[in-house]
Amino acid sequence: MLTFDDYKGQQPSWCPGCGNFAILNTLKKVFVDLAMQPHQFTIVSGIGQGAKLPHYTKCNTFNGLHGRTLPVATGIRLANNHMTVLALAGDGDCYGEGGNHLIHAIRRNINVTLLVHNNQVYGLTKGQASPTTPQGRVTKIQPSGSLSEPLNPLAMAISLNCSFVARGFAGASGLPFLQEIIKEAIRHEGFAMVDILQNCVTFNKVNTFHWYKERAYELEAGYDPTDRVEAFRRSLEWGERIPTGIFYRNDRPSYEQGLTVLKEDPLVKQALFRKDMSAELAQLH
Amino acid sequence: MEYSIRIGGEAGQGLQLIGGVLAKYFVRAGFYVFSHQDYMSRVRGGHNFYQITFADRLLESVRDTYDLLVALDLPTIALHRHQLNNQGHILYDQASCGGKQEGEEFLDIPLALLVEELNAPRVMVSSASIGAVLAVLDLPLAPFQGIIGDFISKKTEEIVASNYAVANAAFVYARAHYDTIPSVPVATLADAPLMLINGSQAIGLGALASGCKFYAAYPMTPATGIMNYIAGKAAKYGIVVEQAEDEISAINMALGASYAGVRAMTGTSGGGFALMTEGLSLAGITETPVVIAEVQRPGPATGLPTRTEQSDLLFVLHGGHGEFPRVIFAPGTPEQAFYLTNKAFHLAEKYQIPVFIQSDQYLADCQWSLADFDSRLLYQEDFRLRGELLVGLESYQRYAYTESGISPLAIPGDSEHLVVVDSDEHDEDGHIIEDAPTRNLMVEKRLFKKMALLREEISPPLYYGEHNPQAIVVGYGSTFGVLKEAVEHLAGEFKIGLLYFSEIYPFPLLEQFDYVALLKEAPVTICVENNATSQFARVLHGETNHRCTYLINKYDGRPFTLQTLIGEIHAYL
Ligand SMILES: Cc1ncc(C[n+]2csc(CCOP(=O)(O)OP(=O)(O)O)c2C)c(N)n1
Ligand SMILES: [Mg+2]
Repeated sequence: MLTFDDYKGQQPSWCPGCGNFAILNTLKKVFVDLAMQPHQFTIVSGIGQGAKLPHYTKCNTFNGLHGRTLPVATGIRLANNHMTVLALAGDGDCYGEGGNHLIHAIRRNINVTLLVHNNQVYGLTKGQASPTTPQGRVTKIQPSGSLSEPLNPLAMAISLNCSFVARGFAGASGLPFLQEIIKEAIRHEGFAMVDILQNCVTFNKVNTFHWYKERAYELEAGYDPTDRVEAFRRSLEWGERIPTGIFYRNDRPSYEQGLTVLKEDPLVKQALFRKDMSAELAQLH
Repeated sequence: MEYSIRIGGEAGQGLQLIGGVLAKYFVRAGFYVFSHQDYMSRVRGGHNFYQITFADRLLESVRDTYDLLVALDLPTIALHRHQLNNQGHILYDQASCGGKQEGEEFLDIPLALLVEELNAPRVMVSSASIGAVLAVLDLPLAPFQGIIGDFISKKTEEIVASNYAVANAAFVYARAHYDTIPSVPVATLADAPLMLINGSQAIGLGALASGCKFYAAYPMTPATGIMNYIAGKAAKYGIVVEQAEDEISAINMALGASYAGVRAMTGTSGGGFALMTEGLSLAGITETPVVIAEVQRPGPATGLPTRTEQSDLLFVLHGGHGEFPRVIFAPGTPEQAFYLTNKAFHLAEKYQIPVFIQSDQYLADCQWSLADFDSRLLYQEDFRLRGELLVGLESYQRYAYTESGISPLAIPGDSEHLVVVDSDEHDEDGHIIEDAPTRNLMVEKRLFKKMALLREEISPPLYYGEHNPQAIVVGYGSTFGVLKEAVEHLAGEFKIGLLYFSEIYPFPLLEQFDYVALLKEAPVTICVENNATSQFARVLHGETNHRCTYLINKYDGRPFTLQTLIGEIHAYL
C-alpha cells in the first residue's frame, strides 16, 4: 500500500502561501487514491514556478523547456503507451509560449493529462501579464494596463472538441473537488485538460484565495458534460460567479488507439534491430 | 563511354515520371546511372529539368553538356540547346514547341498526336516520350512494361497496358522516321543488379537499419524525402512517424520518445533547424540521444527552397545556446549517407548526445547506381539499461558521475528506479541545483570527458591521389563525387590529390592519418565549397591552422558540374 509519504520529494522552493503547495498535496492524494507506483508514471513539466512540481514528489520526470511540455509528453506516450503521462505547465507556459502545441495536442487527443497552474500571471519572471491576465491589469511592463483580451482556455478547448475539459480551484474549499477532477482526468482515455485556478501571493494581489473562494462554485449535480453547446455556454461564465468541475467530455478515440503499430506492444517493447535489409534493397533495384 | 540526356519542361509536364522511368530503365539494363533534378518551388508551370547520365563505369556527378535534349516545351529548346554536345539531338513535338524546328539535330515526333490517335489520356505523352527516347537509343521497349507501374498512382493492368501501347506507338514512329543514334555505350551488365538510390532514401534506409522507432518532423523541402521514405516503411518496421505542428514540437517529441526508451530522429532544413535550436540545447543538457538530419537549401530565410547549398555548416556546428558535445556527419554519396546515419544512431545513444547528418538538396534528390549496402557492416548495439539488468540495480542515478562521463541510460518504467531529467542544471539524481561545484562537475562529465572519447570515434578524411602532390583539392559533404571525378580527370596532367571529409565534427585526429602534414607540404591547396564564405575552409583553419591557398565557391543555388569545375581548378594549377 502506497501512502502520502511515499510521494515525498525535494524541498519546495515556492513562496509561503503559494497555491502550488495545495496542488502538490492534492496530486499526492490522487497518486495514493489511484495506487500509482512512482515508476509507472512520468510527469513532464516546463519552466515556471508550477513546473518545478515533479521534483517535489516521486515520479519519472522530464522537466524540459518553457512552453514545450506537450510535445515531450506526446513523444513519451508514442514511445511507451503503457506509461501514464501527466503534463504540468503554467498559464504562461501552456497558453502563451506553447499555445500552438496545446491546440494540436487537443486535436490529436493524445492520452496525456494536462494540469495548468493558472495564476493569471508570470510568476517565475516576476509579475508580467500572462495570456489569462485580465484586461487593464497594471504590471511593470504594462504600466497602463494589459491591453489584450484574456484567453478563455476552457472555451477554446471545448471549441476544439477536446475530449476532457475541466476547471478546479486550488483553495482549501476547492481541494476535495479538485482531487476528484484530476482522478477523472487521469482515468480518461484521451487528452484531458484541467485548468487550475491558483493564487500567486507575490505577484497577483487581486485574484487571491479569498477572491476565488467568493466566486468559485461546483457545476450542479444534474449538469450534462456531454452537451458541447451547453459546456461552451458555461465556459463563458466568469466574474461574480466562476463554475468549476468537468465542463465537457467525449469518448472519441485517443491518438494511440489509431496507431496500428501500437496495437500489440508499445514501441519501447518491440524488437530493436532488424539484420536483414534485403527486401528494402531489392525494392531499389 | 557515357551518354547524357536532359529532359526539360514545365512543372506538371511529367518530368519526374520520364526521368524516373528512364533512370530505372538504364540501371536495369546494366548501366551505371547518375541523375540530377533542377526544379522550381512551384507545382505547375515555370521551368524544370531532369538530367540522366548513363555509362559503363561508376558515375558520380552532373555533366555540363548532354547528348540528347528532350524538349517538352519551347523554352526548353531556347534555354538548353547551347549546351548540347556536337553530335547531339533534340527530341521534341511540334505541337508543344510552337511548330516545326529547323536543323539536323531535331527529331520531330508527334507525341501528342500519337496519344490522341490511341484515345489515351493526355498525361500519357510522358510514356510516348520514353518510347521515342528508347527507339533513338536503339534499346528495346519491353522492359518499360515492368517499370512504368511503379511510377503511376493507379497501377492497374489496363493502365499499364495503355501506357505501353502509347510508348510503343512513339517507339515505332521514331524507328520509322529516324536512324538510331550510334554513340550509345554498350551495357556492361553488372554481376548483381545495382540499386538506384538518392540521398534521402539512403538516410531513411540507414535509420531503419539502426532501429529508429520514432521520426517526428514538419514538412520542409528538401528534407521531406526522408520522412516520406520512413513513413512508407513504418508499418513494416514498427515506427511511429509523426507530422508535428512545427519544428519546435518535432525535436521535443523526438526527445520525449528518446527519453522513454526508443531511438528517435527528426529532420528539417535550415529554417526549421533554426526553430529546433532550443530543443537541441535541451538534448545537450538532458543528455538525450537524438539524430537530426539537416538537409540544406540556400538561405537566408526562405532563400531558394528547391535548390542546393552547403551554407549551414557553421550554423549546425554552433546552433543551440550553451556548450555541449555534438557530432556532425556530412556524407557525399548515398552509400556514405547510409553508413553514417547508422553511425549517427550508434554514437547518439552510446554518448547520449545529438548527432547530425547534414545533407543538401543535391544529395537528397540525385540518384546514384550503387551495389547493395552490406548489413554486416552495421552498428547494432543497444546501450540502454533495461529489463533485468536495471531491475537488479540497487540504486540508480540518471547523471551518475563516471570515468567516461557517460551515465547509465535507463528506461523509465522498466524498474522501480526513477528516471529524472532536467533542462536546469542538475545533480546526479537529475534534480535542480545552482551550486558552482556541481555545475563544474556536470560540465566536465557531459562535455570534456565525452568529447575526449568522441574524438577517437571519428574516422580520418579520405585521400585520393599522389604521395607528394603539387596540389590538393579539399572538400566535404555532397561535393564528393564531382571533386573525385574532377581530380581523376586532372590527374592525367598534374600531380594532384583530393582530401575529402565526411566526418566533420569533432575534427578527425591525426594519429591514423596526418592529413595536416600532407596539406602543409603541398604547394597549392584549393578548398571547394557550395557556399559563399568557405565555411569548411574556416573550420579547417580553426582546427588545424592550415589555410588553403585558393578558395572555389559556388552560391547560385546550383551544384558544381564536372566540366566547369575541372576548368576552375585547372586555372589554379
Ligand atoms: C524560451 C523561454 N522564454 C522565456 C523564459 C523565461 N520564463 C521562465 S518562466 C516564464 C513565465 C512563467 O509563467 P508561467 O508559465 O505562468 O509560470 P508560473 O511561474 O506563473 O507558475 C518565463 C517567461 C524561458 N525560460 N524560456
Ligand atoms: Mg503563471
